[in-house]
Amino acid sequence: MKNWWKSGDPWIWLTASSVSVSLIVVVGLISLIAWRGLGHFWPASVMQATYTDERDGKSSTIIGEIRDDENVSAVRLRDSGVKVEGERVTRYLMKIGNRELFNLDFRWVLAQNLKEIQYPEKMTVIERREWGNFYGYVVSVKENDKVVSEGDAAWGELQTRLQRALKIFDEIRHLEKNEIGTINYGLEQLRLRKRHLELNHDTDPAKQAALVSEKTQYEAQYEQLRQQLSKLYEQINRDSFTMKVSDDRVVDLKIAKVVSVYRPNVLSSFEKISFYFHKAWTFVSDEPREANTEGGIFPAIFGTVMLVFIMSFIVTPFGVIAAVYLREYAKQGFLTRVIRIAVNNLAGVPAIVYGVFGLGFFVYFLGSNIDQLFYPEALPAPTFGTPGILWSALTLAILTVPVVIVSTEEGLSRIPSSIREGSLALGATKAETLWRTVLPMASPAMMTGLILAIARAAGEVAPLMLVGVVKLAPSLVLDGNAPFLHLERKFMHLGFHIYDVGFQSPNVEAARPLVYATSFLLVAVIVLLNLAAIGIRNHLREKYKALEN
Amino acid sequence: MTQSNVLTHSIDMNSLGRNESTLNLSNESICVEVKDLNLYYGNHKQALHNVNMLIPEKRVTAYIGPSGCGKSTLLRCFNRMNDLVDGVKIDGQILIDGSNIYDPGVNVADLRRRVGMVFQKPNPFPKSIYENVAYGLRLQGINNRRILDEVVEKSLRGAALWEEVKDRLHDNALGMSGGQQQRLVIARAIAIEPEILLLDEPASALDPISTLKIEELIHELKSDYTIVIVTHNMQQAARVSDYTAFMYLGELIEFGDTSTLFTNPTKKQTEDYITGRYG
Repeated sequence: MKNWWKSGDPWIWLTASSVSVSLIVVVGLISLIAWRGLGHFWPASVMQATYTDERDGKSSTIIGEIRDDENVSAVRLRDSGVKVEGERVTRYLMKIGNRELFNLDFRWVLAQNLKEIQYPEKMTVIERREWGNFYGYVVSVKENDKVVSEGDAAWGELQTRLQRALKIFDEIRHLEKNEIGTINYGLEQLRLRKRHLELNHDTDPAKQAALVSEKTQYEAQYEQLRQQLSKLYEQINRDSFTMKVSDDRVVDLKIAKVVSVYRPNVLSSFEKISFYFHKAWTFVSDEPREANTEGGIFPAIFGTVMLVFIMSFIVTPFGVIAAVYLREYAKQGFLTRVIRIAVNNLAGVPAIVYGVFGLGFFVYFLGSNIDQLFYPEALPAPTFGTPGILWSALTLAILTVPVVIVSTEEGLSRIPSSIREGSLALGATKAETLWRTVLPMASPAMMTGLILAIARAAGEVAPLMLVGVVKLAPSLVLDGNAPFLHLERKFMHLGFHIYDVGFQSPNVEAARPLVYATSFLLVAVIVLLNLAAIGIRNHLREKYKALEN
Repeated sequence: MTQSNVLTHSIDMNSLGRNESTLNLSNESICVEVKDLNLYYGNHKQALHNVNMLIPEKRVTAYIGPSGCGKSTLLRCFNRMNDLVDGVKIDGQILIDGSNIYDPGVNVADLRRRVGMVFQKPNPFPKSIYENVAYGLRLQGINNRRILDEVVEKSLRGAALWEEVKDRLHDNALGMSGGQQQRLVIARAIAIEPEILLLDEPASALDPISTLKIEELIHELKSDYTIVIVTHNMQQAARVSDYTAFMYLGELIEFGDTSTLFTNPTKKQTEDYITGRYG
């Protein structure tokens, strides 16, 4: 035993097992969120059964998809007044949809009370823009409230008419978002220009006339678009269809409100897979609907990536320059030691503190001063004096600048003095040596700093809640209206989206899988950003591999 | 170096204080003159003691001596490389072309352009072979492709490296062998056409064949440059140099014609060293 101890084997076991534990934890974490999140897009079969209500004993038909199951103790259920047999019972979480009819679209049911379970072929799922999914059977399709198709033919008719409606919907969205959005943006700019003239007491009639004529132009354009829109709305609202639901009620639905229709119980495996990828793609490329519980999360992905980019553009030069001064120019001594300690400690300050600082200094102080100086025409509505992506990026930049400074300094100190001397001996000044030789050679270390900064910043949520993130941003930070990059705008962020969907959502059950899916996506985005940075670093390392031998 | 310097610098070595020597430099033009040079590291440690000497133009002058004798320190005084070390204090003068390089108004970068240096360990930049040689020229703002091409070829030929690398000029210099790297560094130094070339133990990190090539190169270069070489290796000094100086504990003990110094040293310390009694 003593020999075994002395041989060092226990040490190897100890170290190896801690590595294994970390690995297992990471893999387990990723697999859990991937499984929970990615499973959400799979088209589940929709069941129809006779259900005896556990409280009043009445039987009724129930339609829905099973989303979760749970094994609970029967005693507990009996205590709460439910008639139930046995020791432990299984209960299912069923998504029954049809929120406007049943008030809730999720419901727990006891497995033992489900009878005559079947998966009817004609069961149809309607994914809607509002009110969640709808389950039932298609009865008829109507055009201007006149039935055009009934029975079996209705299904085919519904699909063709849905295609038409979706095309019109895209047109409408394009018009509203892009064209009318541009006009609104232009009108707002006009208003600001007019106010600007007013503030300067500029009564030059030529300028006023120009404003008026531009405004009339915009208004004419708008009028034209408005007519086009109302025509499209008329077209899209032409069709409707009726559905029969579980309690034999018949409900009229507008085709305009439908995203997709499918019959989950007759989908082949291939169709299911393509449905799955289509849904997953919609999730990453579409905008959210219904208080973020449906639709996609593209604005959040976009916001996260933009935030990290802007932050990188701020933090890298800033950190590198500070490190160059500290390492290359400052006289090493007590003061530089104190500064280094302070920089290292900055990295340990809780993120929310930076959020408070960002709000107080950037938003309220810097932002409102910028507004006074450069955007007086927009006041009292703030331009920069309100949380926005620039302030978020700056806040994250000061949060991460210590890691960039530390790793750049380390990189600079690793450059052999022989290289510096070689450059100086050829008649280079210190600055030339830095620019031409030392900094390029230290660039991999700068990238290491940036990688660490990205890893820290991309997952940060708390400070962002104070300085710029919102639940739903009306427009992206980058768009087609000059000057294209709107740094004053608020933005959506995956991290905040997780919090919002998971804990602020009115529909918890519907949102839960989205929490996992969004978490998985956030991890994926961070990994991708990091891989990109690591790729660049490795390229630089290869290029500037120092005289290590 | 202009011929007019010959007269002003033809000082009899015997007049230069303690460095007694039978050396007669009256037939040489003088490139560097060291006058009463003292160098201190910090306040206490004196590394060079009152060094006086003349370095003749377009000749190879070698410094020999045991480790720590100050020969590298002295060499690094010629292009003011010691300025980079914290706490160095220098007094005395070093005249190049008659003007003191330690005058306050001297532009150090200019000086280093005129006094090239090659270090003990090859230190090519992590750039292409071409860019390494062109580095000094680019520093001077020369970016004309044609001029650069020409100078790179000329310098690489001058460093006897052209034939080996002409097909891979744009490969990374760090992929070359140690000997090639050292010749590249020499090519880099001569690309900016210095007057003086300082070689600080240029072959000590190289294998015998590379060493031989460097020595041959020194022979060829001396027709164009004044070369000052520091070496540990006495045979090397004997092979490549025209004049040799022996230093010991920061003092210049003896300076003379290489053959005289090795065969018939005047000082006992010199004799002890070259016969291997210490060092």
